[in-house]
Amino acid sequence: MSNPSGKATMTAILGMLVTERLVRLAPVDLAIVVFYFVLVLGIGFYLKRFAKTGEDFFMAGREMTAWVAGLAFVSANLGSLELLGWAGSAYQYGILAAHWYWVGAIPAMLFLGLVMMPFYYISKTHSVPGYLQLRYGTAASGLSAVTFAIMTILMSGVNMYAMAVVMKVVLVWDLNFSIFVSSITVAIYVAAGGLFSAIFNEVLQFFLIWFGALLIPILGLIETGGWKGMVARIQHNFPGQDFTHMWSNLGHFKDNPMGMHWTGIVFGLGMVQAMGYWTTDFLVVQRVLSAKDIRSAKLAPVIGSFFKMAVPLIVILPGLLGLALLPMHLYPASNLQAGQFSYNEVLPLMLARYCGPGLLGLGITALVAGFMAGMAGNVSAFATVWTYDLYRPFIRKNAPDQHYVSMGRWCTLIGVFISIGTAYLAMGFASIMDYVQALFGFFIAPLFGTVLLGMMWKRVTKAAGFWGLLAGTLTSIGIFSAMKFDPRWIAVFALSPDAKGLAQDMYQSLWSCVTCVVVTLLVTLVTKPRPDAELKGLVYSLTEVAHEDRVGLLHRPIFWGGVAMALLVVLQIIFW
Amino acid sequence: MSEKSEIIPVWFFVGVLFLVYGILIFASGLAEWPHPPDTVLANLHAPVWWGGLLIVLGGVYCLTFRPGRKKA
Repeated sequence: MSNPSGKATMTAILGMLVTERLVRLAPVDLAIVVFYFVLVLGIGFYLKRFAKTGEDFFMAGREMTAWVAGLAFVSANLGSLELLGWAGSAYQYGILAAHWYWVGAIPAMLFLGLVMMPFYYISKTHSVPGYLQLRYGTAASGLSAVTFAIMTILMSGVNMYAMAVVMKVVLVWDLNFSIFVSSITVAIYVAAGGLFSAIFNEVLQFFLIWFGALLIPILGLIETGGWKGMVARIQHNFPGQDFTHMWSNLGHFKDNPMGMHWTGIVFGLGMVQAMGYWTTDFLVVQRVLSAKDIRSAKLAPVIGSFFKMAVPLIVILPGLLGLALLPMHLYPASNLQAGQFSYNEVLPLMLARYCGPGLLGLGITALVAGFMAGMAGNVSAFATVWTYDLYRPFIRKNAPDQHYVSMGRWCTLIGVFISIGTAYLAMGFASIMDYVQALFGFFIAPLFGTVLLGMMWKRVTKAAGFWGLLAGTLTSIGIFSAMKFDPRWIAVFALSPDAKGLAQDMYQSLWSCVTCVVVTLLVTLVTKPRPDAELKGLVYSLTEVAHEDRVGLLHRPIFWGGVAMALLVVLQIIFW
Repeated sequence: MSEKSEIIPVWFFVGVLFLVYGILIFASGLAEWPHPPDTVLANLHAPVWWGGLLIVLGGVYCLTFRPGRKKA
């Protein structure tokens, strides 16, 4: 899952097609867009000389500093689909949408850095399926690798199409032009520099997005006269509705516009879905695995957590400012009339409200960069998992390193080619995109249960890992299908007939993870455990994790993790 | 692997991007100063100060992380 928001977002993005062009670019804007393409291609060609070995191409040489790995880690999730979707969600649901950036991200990122990363890093694995291979063997690893590879490449195509749609709506660019120019650019720079290129461009994208979008909240708050002025305008525009509290309206599904209960946020989102996404989705974990040493690997997600905590400033706040300032109301994309705008257009609308020539180009480039970095992330992760977790164990073992690098480069090109096909498939069958994103979510929640149990309990057996993962995945698919085809099941699985889409997702994740854990435990009890000697470096009780006693307090990941958690608590209290 | 210690830091490329964008946006802001575009709060001339900020940040990054610079 690129983000828990994805499923709700996609239909809304499509709805944008019925509206008119939002902005018109001046020559200076076009120059800004073109310079971005020239720079990323130049960086790709420059980095090609450094991506010679498999370790270089797939893991960026494991030489990234904590800051670069941390920014790439958070940036891999900061795609344009997320920006547009969550700004739209903020317009639709208010500040409740910020849960996906705070409770739904920060504890999980810190858990990855402080608890799980030592095992990923010490085992020297190149991927999450690679860890499963070491811990559980080929069956669990193969299942995870196949599902990840397929879904990643489909997601890449879906992102590609979403970008083309946004460019068509915002700028009236031809769909084919957007798809081919962006995908060929991504193919060239990732095939040239591998993960080096992907990470470099993610860092560029991170800065572009911040500086392209930050003017919106700054100018918006100037226009409203600050936070209080904004809240007053929202209450005036939408009397009787609560858009600016995060917890006080979560006592019952009916009390908030999201149809959400606090248990769904805490357990479904915070403890399962977010944990699953941030700790086992290889797309983001791969960035941290590129860190140069174990301290950097632990510190990278902690650094990322601070930036993640700040993202609502450029995503959620513009949505709220849209509620306060836009002269028209926005509507669900599924029910748009001529001349109306959808929720997901709130960010482009706010951009057009404040940004003239030059700044507009910067904002549009930030969106383009976000889409392209998302594609590059998917394609580079696909190339790694295909080459190391499917091709090497199942098709050609013991080939020279250069062979696998060549395979990675070809895989990148083929991955982009398949993505283009998926983009056109999505163009013909719009609903396929919702299903692709839903399916991607199916594999994350149970995977978290499998990986965590494997790291924490040495008794868990190979068979238990495989059957637990399979049972959890099937449970997720089963619950999704049941609720989709017969809404009466919503009251059963999501605990209330009032539970809406996002709430249903939360409980689906929760039950699939619980099933995975229960089946894993039961199968473990009736199967034979592996000898301790085989599990060194893979399981908590059998792994010597380097202590940091000699490092100053300010250099310890645990200290900054504590600061991040304290800041998170303060934010919850402020916006309670 | 030792060759990679010579890799130009990503921060330098961030600096180049900011510097070029800053110059373009700043110049565009100056050019439109007498006739600001039809946007809200255009009287604040955001492109001028935002472009200026990008030039400063980009310049600092370019200088600090320029290729061939010896680490302290």
